[in-house]
Amino acid sequence: MGQFVTEINANGVIAVDDTIQVKGYETRAGSRILEGFKPLFSAETVERLEGAGYAVAGKSAVGEFGLDLLGEFAHGGPCLDASGALRGAAAELVAAGQVRGALNVDLNGAPRRAAALSGVDFLKPTYGTVSRYGVIPCACSGEQVGVTAKTAGAVRELLRVIAGHDPKDGTSLPAETYDYGNGKDVPGMRVGLVRELTDAASDDMKARVTAYAERMRGLGVTVEEVSLPLAEAARTAWNLLLCAETCNNVSRYDGVKFGYRSPDYRNIDELYVNSRTEGLNFLTKAVILYGSDALSKGRYVTCYDKALRVRRLVWEQVKGLFKDFDALLCPACSRTEYRPYAIADAFKTVFEESLFTAIPNLTGVPAMASGGVQCFADTLRESSLLNLAEAMEGSGAK
Amino acid sequence: MSERWETVIGLEVHVELSTKSKIFCACSTEFGGRPNTHCCPVCMGLPGTLPVLNRKVLEYAVRAGLALHCDIDRETRFDRKNYFYPDLPKAYQISQLYRPIARNGYVDIGAKRIRIHEMHMEEDAGKLIHSEYEHETYPDYNRAGVPLLEIVSEPDFRDSAEVLAYLEKIRSLFTYLGISDCKMQEGSMRADVNLSVRRAGETALGTRTETKNINSLRAIEHAIESERSRQIHILSGGGAVVQETRHWNDDLKTSTAMRSKENAPDYRYFPEPDLPVIFIGEDFLQAARDSLPEFAEERQARFVEQYALPPKDAARLTVRRETAELFEAVVSRGAEARHVANWLIVHVPHVLKTLSENAEDIAPDPSELAELIRRTESGTVSRADGLRVLEALLSTDGPFRVSDYIRERGLSVNNDESALEEVIRRVIEANPKAVNEYRSGKTKAIGFLIGQAMKDLQGKATPATVRERMEAALET
Ligand SMILES: [Zn+2]
Repeated sequence: MGQFVTEINANGVIAVDDTIQVKGYETRAGSRILEGFKPLFSAETVERLEGAGYAVAGKSAVGEFGLDLLGEFAHGGPCLDASGALRGAAAELVAAGQVRGALNVDLNGAPRRAAALSGVDFLKPTYGTVSRYGVIPCACSGEQVGVTAKTAGAVRELLRVIAGHDPKDGTSLPAETYDYGNGKDVPGMRVGLVRELTDAASDDMKARVTAYAERMRGLGVTVEEVSLPLAEAARTAWNLLLCAETCNNVSRYDGVKFGYRSPDYRNIDELYVNSRTEGLNFLTKAVILYGSDALSKGRYVTCYDKALRVRRLVWEQVKGLFKDFDALLCPACSRTEYRPYAIADAFKTVFEESLFTAIPNLTGVPAMASGGVQCFADTLRESSLLNLAEAMEGSGAK
Repeated sequence: MSERWETVIGLEVHVELSTKSKIFCACSTEFGGRPNTHCCPVCMGLPGTLPVLNRKVLEYAVRAGLALHCDIDRETRFDRKNYFYPDLPKAYQISQLYRPIARNGYVDIGAKRIRIHEMHMEEDAGKLIHSEYEHETYPDYNRAGVPLLEIVSEPDFRDSAEVLAYLEKIRSLFTYLGISDCKMQEGSMRADVNLSVRRAGETALGTRTETKNINSLRAIEHAIESERSRQIHILSGGGAVVQETRHWNDDLKTSTAMRSKENAPDYRYFPEPDLPVIFIGEDFLQAARDSLPEFAEERQARFVEQYALPPKDAARLTVRRETAELFEAVVSRGAEARHVANWLIVHVPHVLKTLSENAEDIAPDPSELAELIRRTESGTVSRADGLRVLEALLSTDGPFRVSDYIRERGLSVNNDESALEEVIRRVIEANPKAVNEYRSGKTKAIGFLIGQAMKDLQGKATPATVRERMEAALET
């Protein structure tokens, strides 16, 4: 069972990830370094939900800065189900019916993964359609606030509330509303089954995706295998950008103005070093080192800038597929179950698993986990994802 | 024997833009203010905040780029410059490295052309106030996020005179554009000096140093002189100049090494993901071109032509846009151009000096100034009184009507014609010797008579009027 980090409102209906600020309530993004940090303002998405009459039930736990797989490094301990498998706090709360929905930050696929494993829905909308104002920043160029809910219909309802132009976010797109579909128009749709990603998954995950594709065909959807040769390059590129941007974004945490300060220091340098040493976990430190290296003078062109060029190529490849297909189907993760893993492997596992989730973060296209698998769609074509998911849910796919 | 050396200087000039609000948030940019009162979560770098570009800054930057004859990048963008220091709340500065707004420009100083390598937009950092008594430092983030332009020149300067002329030129261009007040003493214009020396005739550049923390034009002169002699001294002794950053201490008139090239920080620049690429459209660019004012040089030429002013006077009147505009405003209100020029070039600066005021801080009402100049020059107010009124007009006592002021204080010259005649008649009667001298051809004697009359009139008539009347009276 997932934990609330903070009890805010007993009558609340929405959980908000701890990477999203709620005014006056401790928001620590799953990290000790933000211990005691009470934001001066709520995230734009939270404001919009509250303005529409939803109450925030509490903060759902995340791993430090949302970087890990499923909250296994959450400050209060990993979120496990009765069998000892990792679930992800927000997805578990939704699955258990404790909240109507949850807002999550998708920066490395964690909420998509969690939804796929808990059998609920999560949609990461097109980059720029939902305000990032009030999100604890990590991988700014690809992170988005999305919605976890039990059904595609519920996702659509919450998405309508939070999406739309926000003048406080310079990357916010100008439109005030977006088309989130109506649950119809599914027969005749064309879906591409991404070979590289399906092949990389475990046998039971492969079987799950194949079965899902089969049920889609039953709804009159054409499913064809497609190739995305740059999938592996997309993974590397996003890992690199994620590390670089995170390294830069967390460098403001110094133990001086807010958050955790080590009690053990004799001078300002020790204050900085000890606060960070004690305040950040193993995974974040690894991310910082990789990111710092990728941005360093000798490496910028060969690493960071190359990743930006790969981003462009992947975008072109994905766009090419969307000329022929309404959506791309693939696994959201390699396995159907995760158990807490050894710290030493954490970094590797997180970066390997991003193979399945990186493309939407890298290119900004929308992605939705539903029925234990995930689909991508073209920029601003959330309607395709929601319509498909809704039809599949109606067909008893769950 | 002494060798001949050539100094090679490049400048990095930072100019604070005078927009009302900061570059990425709505906070005030006003100078001064109690520490940390012009701040918000955005410029304090709190997590969850996002920068949103102030359009005014872009507009100012484009106009500045055009004034410096630069190419404007139609797809400009921001980068993050990483450095960890308490004056920088986000631990990175939003600046421009890869796609600066402007490149490849120039500034002409006299016959010499100084090439501009690039000019970019960035945010200012905060200020650290070090306690003198305790080992404590207090950060003040009022300045954090104030918009800056950094103008990087090519190493085209050969002496400090060229550097000063260049800074004056930039100050003139930018004040004419109305985008900065360029006050070095308030830090709204700062310059870092890159300097190397080489033996006369050599073409390769010597190893350069960068001197920072130079806060006045005089300091720049001193810093250049000091660094030039330091390097020549090293090289003459067979040594080698170390590439390093040096810190100027203006009290000691000397610089000290801050960090060498090896310790130079790696700023790990990368494109700012929170700000989209800025596409500059033709309309925007054309509007910026159309908004360029008549700069000092063109205006100087026009003043010579239109107002028949000597070129030297026209040059002095057009150094600052405010002076030039005041000149034309006063002339348009009926004062004679050559008189106004004289007042603005001679009298106004003189009075300001007495008042220890800065020219930037005064803005006299042009109508009142025109009235004062007209009355003084036509002789209805004596020059001494006219200057007294000017002093009152320029001091910070608040606005007043010149005509009221003159009437209330009885400064108006005696217009009572009969009283003037009476005084002249009395003086002629009382000084027959001088009168005879004058009438017998020693016309210089009239000076004595005028002096006597002026004494009687207690300064309430102009010497010119008295002379005129006196001559007339002596002829009869
Ligand atoms: Zn601010």
